[in-house]
Formats: sequence, C-alpha cells, structure tokens
Amino acid sequence: MSPMVMWIVLGVTSVLCFSIKLVGHLVPEPWLANARLQRINALIPISLLSALVVAQGVVVKTHVVIDHRLAGLGVALAALFAKAPFPVVVVAAAVTSAVAFQLH
Amino acid sequence: MSNLTRGTVRDSLSVAITVGTYGVAFGAASVAAGFSVLQSCLFSLLTFTGASQFAAVGVVASGGAAASAIAAATMLGTRNALYGIQMAPQLKVKGARRVLAAHITIDESTGVALSQAPRGVAAMREGFWITGSGVFVFWNIFTLLGALGAKALGNPASWGLDAAVPAAFLGLLWPRLQTNFLRGVAVTSMVFAMLVTPWLTAGLPIIATTLVAVVLGWRAR
Repeated sequence: MSPMVMWIVLGVTSVLCFSIKLVGHLVPEPWLANARLQRINALIPISLLSALVVAQGVVVKTHVVIDHRLAGLGVALAALFAKAPFPVVVVAAAVTSAVAFQLH
Repeated sequence: MSNLTRGTVRDSLSVAITVGTYGVAFGAASVAAGFSVLQSCLFSLLTFTGASQFAAVGVVASGGAAASAIAAATMLGTRNALYGIQMAPQLKVKGARRVLAAHITIDESTGVALSQAPRGVAAMREGFWITGSGVFVFWNIFTLLGALGAKALGNPASWGLDAAVPAAFLGLLWPRLQTNFLRGVAVTSMVFAMLVTPWLTAGLPIIATTLVAVVLGWRAR
C-alpha cells in the first residue's frame, strides 16, 4: 500500500468514526432503537474481531496457513482461560511466536 | 470530595489506566503494518476507538485494500453511535462540549458512566468525562511508546509482533463472549472467515463475516 493510500485510510477512518460518534449524540433516539438493528449491531464486533483473529493469525494473502503465529495464539488462548490480563496475553503470544519463528 | 465522588473517580481512573496501556499493542501493530510513528499517533488522537484502529491497521497488514480497512473500522465503530444515544440524555451538553463528549464516547466511558447509575446522574456524568479523557491521555501516551518500541525492534516476525496482533484481537473479543450464543457467533465467524479466505481478495473476508452477525442477529432469540 502506497504512503498516500495509508494517509487516506487514516483520514477517512478518523472522519467516519468521529461522525458515527457525533450522530449518536444528535439523532432522536427512536431512529436507532429498532430491536433488530440493535441485535445485529451487538454481534458485529464479535464477528469482525473473530475474522480479524483469523486474518491475522492463520492467513497469508488468500491462503489459510499454519505457522509460528498459531503457537502464539494457542498460548494467548490459554492465558485468557487462566484470566490473565490483556498485556500478559499479548506478550505471552509474542514471545511464544518469536521462539517458534526462530526454531523453524 | 464526598465518598460517592471518590468512588466514581477511583473507578474511572482504574479503567482509564488499564485500558490506556493497551495502546502499546496498537502502536506496535500499527508500525508493524507499515504506518509511521506519526500516523500511528494520529490514529489514536483522531480515530480514538480501539477496536476500529486495530481493525484498520489489521486489514492493511493482511494486504487488504483501503476500502476494506475503512469499512471494517467503520462497522466496528457503529456501536459508539448507540453509546451516544444512551449518554446524550444524561450529559445534556451543547456546542463544543458536545463535540468533545462525542469524541470520547467509547466502550469504557459509556461502561463506567452506566455503572455509576446507582450513585446518581452527577456521578454518571463524572464517570463519563473522567474515564473518557483518562483513556484518551493514557491511550495516546502508550500508542507513542508502542510505535517507537516497534520501530526500534525491526522485523515483526522475529519479535513475535505478527502473533501479538491476532492475540490482541482475541483479547478484545474474549470479554464479549459471555453467553453460549455469543461464543457460537464467534466460532461461526472464524470458520466462515477461513472458508471464504481462498475465494476473496485479502481483507474482504473480514467484511464478509458481518453477514454472520446479520444472519444470527436477524431473529430474536
């Protein structure tokens, strides 16, 4: 991605994310009070974050690939089950993945 | 300072500091994705909604198009509109203060404000403003530290940064999976994302999984 496009991603994302926040403060409540819309909206972060775990953890371009990152993700999962705080989860995943990468 | 107020301040600051430190992970992920230190800091100053920021740099890192990055970030940001709807009647602000309130309308400020409801509307407002501005300060400081750190480290893979990013997403996802239905949504979304990966250009599978949310959220349960 060219530097110019990265600036565009930054700028447009910032403008849209702020606009969404402002809309919430400005629109009359009934507009977004639709029950179906709220249910779907509550699930969207879960679907997107799940897809991001996959896209970043087990995908290279358009292929599902198992590599050192999966070892890191496995440790992250174990840390989350053990109720570890967020920074511990991330660092444990990074260290595990780095070791797996060096061994490979 | 009354006891009521002290409790609100304590709740707000503890959330602000804890969540603010996650900014390290964002700063590092952003630089690993190819953004400069300046761009990474501007993301945290201007976009200022963690999951959306992670999504934008995540899609870029996975080779996705600009439109996919923007779309993923924007869709993750839509929940902030619902928070605004809940907060506006409590805050009752106009003009510049409303713009400021909108900018700090995120998971944490809304969450702390709603948790202060038993202490009254003044405590809710206090919780919203202290948490929102506190997260803003710490999130931006730690973004800078993370970005500078990642810049100094070099190759992301040799330091495990390429696994830190999906682990961060998993960490953001985890607290949301409070019922079996929600865990089912997460697993279905992951399987769906893997299945469509070979058929779509990079970045699009992330957007496509919102179909899972639409289908599973369509009917009341």
